[in-house]
Amino acid sequence: MTTSDEPELAQETAELVRPYVITNGRDLLDDSDFSLITLVTMHREPPRTKPLDPEKLRLLELCAGGFLSVAEIAGHMQLPVGVVKILVSDLTAEGHLSTRAPIPSAQLVDRQILEEVLNGLQARFG
Amino acid sequence: MGSRLDLDDSVYLRSSVQTAAKILVVGHFAVGKTTFIGTMSEIPPLRTEEVMTQAGAGIDDPKGAPGKTTTTVAMDFGRLTLSEKLVLYLFGTPGQQRFVQVWEDLSRGALGALVLVDPERLEESFPVMDLVEHYGIPYTIAVNQFDGTPSHSLEEIREALDLLPETPVVNCDARDQRSSADSLIVLVRYLQSRLN
Repeated sequence: MTTSDEPELAQETAELVRPYVITNGRDLLDDSDFSLITLVTMHREPPRTKPLDPEKLRLLELCAGGFLSVAEIAGHMQLPVGVVKILVSDLTAEGHLSTRAPIPSAQLVDRQILEEVLNGLQARFG
Repeated sequence: MGSRLDLDDSVYLRSSVQTAAKILVVGHFAVGKTTFIGTMSEIPPLRTEEVMTQAGAGIDDPKGAPGKTTTTVAMDFGRLTLSEKLVLYLFGTPGQQRFVQVWEDLSRGALGALVLVDPERLEESFPVMDLVEHYGIPYTIAVNQFDGTPSHSLEEIREALDLLPETPVVNCDARDQRSSADSLIVLVRYLQSRLN
């Protein structure tokens, strides 16, 4: 078992520059409606007359191909999740993205979802 | 449009997918979380970062304190499309207590957790089990079999980890897809049993 692929040793940095620039200085502690597994896709192309920020444009371009989760967007764009949530939140409010919410919470997990997960695992790997 | 990310269509979900579910794969450093996720994921595993703010040592009030630093916590995750409508995400989750902020986000909406343990280093699993229990996430213990490890019985491991009688304990080879899938199936069956 190699240890090189274990990512969790934290990197300490004295200050954070880039994400704040990308979000125009907005707070990263965003406890919004968007979770790691909110599914996102492009809803409407941005008008050419009103250019978007480069990072927003890059995110929209990524989402033009189909649905991805917020976590996948962060992974592909190599941006922190908190930054991606803010960008997604803005782009959704502006009408460029549409989202599918994840299942609400562990308390509301119903039999049906567990049943579907079990059936899916068994069909794929059983 | 800007610098193009070179992605083919297989990175995207089927457009029919309506629901996303999440299972955490947790455990101490180097226990095999990343291997497990790589074994199970239909896409090359991705890595995300959460940025956490931490107070500098000896500072009581972190709000706006000059000694404030940020810490980047990386998580690996993978994806499994399980039906036309359902996708499951597996998040590898660091087990250290100092990452509680990340746990708030990760635990929200998680169906359950698979706790990977190394039979030779069981005591290193205690902090992560405390976290899982603190957040009320139902879990199954998967004993990752490393090469050349003397075998401990699952019963011995159950006793050493002081588990509730109903908590499942299974053997798992994180490099093997069938074995890894079986441990997820045991977890999901356990989650179902808790609803009855």
